[in-house]
Amino acid sequence: MLGYDRPMPIESVANVVIAGLLTGLVYGLMALGLSVIYGVVRIVNFAHGEMMALAMYAAVMAFAGLGIDPLWMLLPVALVFFVLGYGLQRGLINPFIDRPEHSQFMLLLAVALILVNGLLVTFGPDARNVQVDYALDSMVIGPLLVDKVRVICAAVALLTCAVLFAIFRYTRFGKAIRACADNLLGAQVVGLDVRHLYALTFGLGSACVGVAGCLLTLMFDVTPNSGPAYTLLAFIIVIIGGLGSMAGALAGGVLIGVTEAVAGLVISPSAKSMLSFALLIAVLAFRPQGLFGRRA
Amino acid sequence: MNGLVELVREAPKRSVAGLAVLLLLLLLVPLVAGRYALSVLILILYFAYVGQAWNIMMGFAGQLSLGHALYVGLGAYAAAALYQHFGVIPWVGMIAAVAVCVAAATAIGWLAFRFGISGTYFALLTIAFAEFTRIGFDHFGWVGASGGFFLKVAQQDVIDLANLRGHPVMFYYLALALATFAFVLSAWLLRSRAGFYFRAIRDGEDAARAAGVDTFRYKLFAIQISAALTSLAGVFFAFYYNNLFPEQIFNMGRSIEIILAPIIGGIGTLFGPVLGAAILTLLSEGLTEALAALGWEVPGIKQIFYGVALAVAIMFMPHGVWPALARRFGFTRIRDDS
Repeated sequence: MLGYDRPMPIESVANVVIAGLLTGLVYGLMALGLSVIYGVVRIVNFAHGEMMALAMYAAVMAFAGLGIDPLWMLLPVALVFFVLGYGLQRGLINPFIDRPEHSQFMLLLAVALILVNGLLVTFGPDARNVQVDYALDSMVIGPLLVDKVRVICAAVALLTCAVLFAIFRYTRFGKAIRACADNLLGAQVVGLDVRHLYALTFGLGSACVGVAGCLLTLMFDVTPNSGPAYTLLAFIIVIIGGLGSMAGALAGGVLIGVTEAVAGLVISPSAKSMLSFALLIAVLAFRPQGLFGRRA
Repeated sequence: MNGLVELVREAPKRSVAGLAVLLLLLLLVPLVAGRYALSVLILILYFAYVGQAWNIMMGFAGQLSLGHALYVGLGAYAAAALYQHFGVIPWVGMIAAVAVCVAAATAIGWLAFRFGISGTYFALLTIAFAEFTRIGFDHFGWVGASGGFFLKVAQQDVIDLANLRGHPVMFYYLALALATFAFVLSAWLLRSRAGFYFRAIRDGEDAARAAGVDTFRYKLFAIQISAALTSLAGVFFAFYYNNLFPEQIFNMGRSIEIILAPIIGGIGTLFGPVLGAAILTLLSEGLTEALAALGWEVPGIKQIFYGVALAVAIMFMPHGVWPALARRFGFTRIRDDS
């Protein structure tokens, strides 16, 4: 965006940082889904980004076919993804709960492979996007110029996170899910239906990624191959934030969003994810439980 | 050499005889095989070899690496760059490839094991290193950056063994030699002191440490051997295909390709990687042929079938095909595990 060689005025740097921060909140929502699933079910969802690509295609196709704004697709996609996630955990993943990690990894990898290539067969390899009429609007806040789309997306992402926090904090089944995460044996002893609760958790995590996918269509193109890239991005974010930590996922998302934006500005945009990986390696090496994680 | 004799003497007679027949058949295959059959066999042997290398780390020592493409890529680039820029023959380049990969593996292993990273975190760390290196090579101009790095293609009818240029038959025997070497090395490792330490670490790291095993040192040793072997696969890859692209060789998909064969075949077993490589390569080639015959040549369809096959295999044969087969037909198995 700002590829010229003149010294950059402080306002444009601030604009880029703000844009990265807002995008980062949506990344954070995506990673939150992964983190919640890992925190409770102890399964690393290797098909996470692929599920998000699926949500992105749902939003893009609804816009292209019926002219529905992706923001109206949030709720339906979240519901469908909740059901999908519930079914996936109940039908496919539950028998793998006690299997070794590499076994679980293979299963989710197979799911990811089927999703990516299902999208490729159905929609072809071309990049698709959504062109809403407010796509280029921006807001002036003091000396700053902020994209309207990013502000909306970040607000929705924050709202979704708040809803999720509330569910875990105040509802009966939210508390039950936290009980499973804290003390599985204890949860079983007091008679909680762990398989049902695991499936609910996977459903909630999937709904998060569904919402994040709809939001991201407003900012980025989608191709079938976006899936694996988003899976990696989600991994980076949750590890930096701390696997299983909800606040960590959001903070990690913001950190990566800002890092990517700044790296795109200072070094070549194609090298920006290198900085994210460097950050990940540093975190893993010196604080493996993540910035917000509890030591295992 | 003494170890080898002992190895053969200790193994069940039926296994040794079966393996000898298999090796003899494989040695004779180029007399009858056409170009296509030979290329499929090279692929099987290649995956059997890297699968065996990965299996040492995961199957024996229990450290899950999802970034083995890193060592394939580093090995390939090291030997190819030396050959192309300085005319160093690949047999010398291999030493450099091994050195580079062992250094990388030591760095990764040291970081991870020193800070007690294991399981999921370790797996994700290996992915991170592979991806980091991929993006790095995308901007590494000396070896062509993202535009790719190409070796001079020589005439295919001469065989230049010193420079690894020439006919596919030469590459076939090279792949066979590599696969045999890795198999024998794994068999020897399993009954060596290190092999027992590896499995002790895999089955209970705290117990192993309590029993006096230097777990840090032996985990590091496992990743080093695995990386050294994998780097040779990289050298083979570079000289067989003659072109290297960071997007391809360091791709996470490549790392996954490497680990499929041992997982499908049977993790921690000697025959698993070989059997898995044969099954997966034949399945993949067979699917390509079948889909072509049906006229369904839509990109992606093959991978969907592949994904379904993987899911079914992992669901119904959790320990892999080889242990299931061995139990079913009462093969005597070389002492491994599980």
